[in-house]
Amino acid sequence: MNIIVCVKRVPDTETRIRVGGDGQSIDPSGVKYVVSPYDEFAVEAALRLREANGAGEVTVVTLGDDASQDALRNALAMGADKALLLQGEVTQDGLATARALAAEIGEQDAPLVLLGVKAADDDQQQVGPMLATLLDRPCVTGVSNFELKDGVAVCRREVEGGHQEVEVDLPAVLTITKGEFEPRYASLKGIMAAKRKPLDKKEAAVAESRLRVTTMELPPEREGGRIVGEGPDAVPELVRLLREEANVL
Amino acid sequence: MSDVLAVVEQKDGALRGTAREVVTAAAALAAELGGQVHALVLGGPGTADGVDGLGAFGAEVVKVAEHAALAEYHPDGYAAVVSRLAREGGYGAVLFAATGEGKDLSPRVAAHLDVPLAADVTGLTVDDGTVVATRPIYAGKAFTQVAVEASPALVSIRPNVFQPAERAAAGTVETVEVTEDSSTWPTRVVSFTQTGGDIPDVAEASVVVSGGRGMKDPENWALLEELRAALGDAAGLGASRAVVDAGWRPHGEQVGQTGKTVAPRLYFAIGISGAIQHLAGMRTAGTIVAVNRDADAPIFKVADYGIVGDLFEVLPRLTEEVRSLRDGA
Repeated sequence: MNIIVCVKRVPDTETRIRVGGDGQSIDPSGVKYVVSPYDEFAVEAALRLREANGAGEVTVVTLGDDASQDALRNALAMGADKALLLQGEVTQDGLATARALAAEIGEQDAPLVLLGVKAADDDQQQVGPMLATLLDRPCVTGVSNFELKDGVAVCRREVEGGHQEVEVDLPAVLTITKGEFEPRYASLKGIMAAKRKPLDKKEAAVAESRLRVTTMELPPEREGGRIVGEGPDAVPELVRLLREEANVL
Repeated sequence: MSDVLAVVEQKDGALRGTAREVVTAAAALAAELGGQVHALVLGGPGTADGVDGLGAFGAEVVKVAEHAALAEYHPDGYAAVVSRLAREGGYGAVLFAATGEGKDLSPRVAAHLDVPLAADVTGLTVDDGTVVATRPIYAGKAFTQVAVEASPALVSIRPNVFQPAERAAAGTVETVEVTEDSSTWPTRVVSFTQTGGDIPDVAEASVVVSGGRGMKDPENWALLEELRAALGDAAGLGASRAVVDAGWRPHGEQVGQTGKTVAPRLYFAIGISGAIQHLAGMRTAGTIVAVNRDADAPIFKVADYGIVGDLFEVLPRLTEEVRSLRDGA
């Protein structure tokens, strides 16, 4: 069974963000980019399924510019079989992204499509369920573990206060969260092999973003740094401040 | 002139805390757009009995879609009903809460309606008829202003950010017929296993008590839980990435860029040094309190109030003081 995993190239979560000269996007200089951590869980899940089944291919797909090939190569180094770069602009308009992905994925013979539950940059948690809706396939979000049984994906879904067991028939779309699928590190052999694996490029039809960014700013600095005191003796004063000054107790 | 639809959540027939926030945000938008607020609640039979309070937060009409198959959140069913009603109502904007349920539902509705979704926003204005949302990105390391150039403008709002405002008014309750056939909904929810106890999710709690590596051992979370309990029913538990990675706490409690971004009224960072990705996830909290042994820890740079010291001495004292304050109140 073939599996498609959608990934996104994002700034490393430890990176400090600066606003670029246009006032609408980040300054990319000095920023280290990585595969969005949740997408790595999805790649790991796909690789484990392929290894268990002993058949089928794992294809990683991304929408982006040429630099996004890094993310694809990383996934190939982990063990994916082939990659597809859909060339087009990625914006905050997740529906435009989902449409571009759906146009391609709808043509592929891949009954299982996996994504990270959210991207670590825009953090909107929307492309997976949008893609599924556009493809008219069921979607389970926030899946921490799943297995396939006779064409049914049996998923453990993390929800408030606990977890659900949710079943959907394939073809289906699952968005993966932290749980069972701790991603493997790419081996040196994997990194070398990735260079020879097929990475296709294709022009994508991406609609113009209908979420138009007008400004980007850094958050105001918090005026922190007020030390109330040292040790337990400072607690009564802290509680007084919380009650009388901050008015939160 | 256009009306605004506020999609609100119930649990076991009672409205969720975010319902008032969504209706309040919708009322502010509706005033700018020159329309009314319609609140929409989906639930099982009898849901209508508990929803009339929404009028006091700005809903002129409260629509209730009651059906046995809607008693619990169902992704396909809720998306179908909300999409149909949003389409029929010709709304200028549709608002959701960016809760676990809202984050699952709203993108499906967006795709059904063929409009974009501005997710997890922390501010809303109207500029010349266009809804403009404030969207944190990189888990709050930066903020963007985003013009939503579609109708209806779909938005999910971050819990605890939009303060509910009461007004002297009452809404009328209307029951909406559910014509959808639940047998065609492909997703099958087989079971729910409760693990977290009955405390609010960290992303929705109005008070959060978070612990980090300074807690030293998962057993010591009992101390945090005591403080949390002393702070009341609206308080939740959070955790740093380090302790989640160590397996001490579940990922659902993780605050930060690879966890949840939170905006509670009051945030306690206990034994958390303050890695950049953690600070990003909680910096929009109202008031931040830090307790840490290391006076140079980065957490003190964002904390409104800090205590430098051994948390195992400070924490029990803090719990005791909070408890006596609340007992006295």
